[in-house]
Amino acid sequence: MTRIRDWLITATVLVAGRGKRPTPRDPKPRIVAAGEPDRRAENVVLLLFLLATVAGAAFIVVYALDRLSNQTQWLGLSIGSAFALLALASTVIAHRLVVTEEIVEPYPSESPDAQGEIEQIVEESGSRFTRKRLVAVAGAGALGTLGAALLAPAASFGPLLRTGDLYRTAWRRGRRLVDDGGRPLAADAIEEGAFYTAYPEGADRELVGSPIVVVRLPPAEIRDRRDWAPGGIVAFSKICTHAGCAIALYRKPTFAPTQPRPALVCPCHYSTFDPAAGGAVLFGPAGRPLPQLPLEIDGAGHLRAAGTFSGPVGPSWWGVRMGKAHS
Amino acid sequence: MRAVVKLLTALVVVLLLPAAAAAKDRRGAALYAANCASCHGLNGQGVPTPTPGANGIDGQGPPLRGSGARAADFYLRTGYMPLANAHDQPSRKHVVFTEPEIRALVGFVASLGNGPAIPTPHPGNVSAGQRLFTDHCAGCHQAIAQGGYVTGARVPPLTDATDRQIAEAVRIGPYLMPRFSTKAVTPAQLNDIVAYVDYAKHPDDRGGWAIGHLGPWPEGAVTWLLAAAALVGICTLLGRRLRA
Repeated sequence: MTRIRDWLITATVLVAGRGKRPTPRDPKPRIVAAGEPDRRAENVVLLLFLLATVAGAAFIVVYALDRLSNQTQWLGLSIGSAFALLALASTVIAHRLVVTEEIVEPYPSESPDAQGEIEQIVEESGSRFTRKRLVAVAGAGALGTLGAALLAPAASFGPLLRTGDLYRTAWRRGRRLVDDGGRPLAADAIEEGAFYTAYPEGADRELVGSPIVVVRLPPAEIRDRRDWAPGGIVAFSKICTHAGCAIALYRKPTFAPTQPRPALVCPCHYSTFDPAAGGAVLFGPAGRPLPQLPLEIDGAGHLRAAGTFSGPVGPSWWGVRMGKAHS
Repeated sequence: MRAVVKLLTALVVVLLLPAAAAAKDRRGAALYAANCASCHGLNGQGVPTPTPGANGIDGQGPPLRGSGARAADFYLRTGYMPLANAHDQPSRKHVVFTEPEIRALVGFVASLGNGPAIPTPHPGNVSAGQRLFTDHCAGCHQAIAQGGYVTGARVPPLTDATDRQIAEAVRIGPYLMPRFSTKAVTPAQLNDIVAYVDYAKHPDDRGGWAIGHLGPWPEGAVTWLLAAAALVGICTLLGRRLRA
């Protein structure tokens, strides 16, 4: 046991002790009385810091494994105990190791070296520590691991440099549109005033570029990309270009002259897109049009994609204007 | 003698039936002319451009031919019609017509063209209904059918909607709501949706105060309060000065 401790101390000193030795200062009269060194409390603090480091590292490990049963509970337990152990270490330091003394100080005191005095008080309050550097290293280690544990989930945000997947979709010329149950969508079955969700036949539906919304408009009302809309049927990505929610709302007027025009609306922040004008933004926080999918009707009367989307699918990010959707 | 009376009664009934029906038709036509025609046209052909009508109202409205008893029943029994201003969104309000008047009006609108009949919903499955409602309806009406907003319109809560009105609205798509064909939502699925909406009118809010069915929010707030008090206690303990 002592050997392990010696090893640890040696390693820490090697890592941390490379700085120059502190230069002895001019002896000043003490403000805070020198305290008795308390090796036991110090050992407890070191142990607590070590345990906090282990708990923080455990969080990272549990997060990286990502397939434990009760994953959430383990995550909470590890990060929670890291915090609790740090708090405990701080408490032990405050109660057992910092020299505590009440000093009555008259206010106001015009003293230019008040700063120096405070520094001296702080310095001298630590007189019970026998291994200051080791305690500092252990504390920094515990805090650092906890910090790393808090940052670890950022790894799930997505690819940092490999953005090709964000532009790839399963839609390509000739791919059939299928409904929820995998049945091909017939052009005749698409009614005006109704709202359909479709997927690429035989492709992964969970991909951001897969789900589309299909609506039929009176052909005369379509203002942009008329040749993309056989019989007035238009298709757009179902993923909002603002924050990536599903476009779950379709509003269509019962009587066009007195009511708002047809629009695809995202329920999250009310981004509103015009299906008659290539998915242009009518309202809301979305910064770019909803990507449109060109359609064609095959010999059997089924809807097929006539190409890929007009733009990259999904929520916008810093590089979205540089890329193009591809299959 | 008895047989003769029976025969005579039958004869009278047979003779009177068309007369009664004709009276109902006339009543429907009169009600229609007085309340609906300025916006929907005298023969239900619609009024495409604003046309000055009675009471200084600019009449303008969609044609009713082919919309049938289903739409007439829905719009009249919800109080959506008559509408004061053609540009307003119809909303649920006091029904101005009596039951016989509604029957007469619905009959008249149905006689304008071959429209769909009034649906009759049957008992459905609440669990399947919740899934369907989440898929098709919750985007606008919220998962608990309390309504919300879509740009340009309010989405009504379904608290006061009757089973028949829900079944009608799904097929009609009133105002800005999309229509759902029997292919998108089968009649059996529609029954399930109706069952779920009925359930959502009086959901099982366990634990206390429902606050718009937001979930166990008050319980959470109380827990936070207790936790905060405990934390303050711990801080007080930690921060207590050691006295010599």
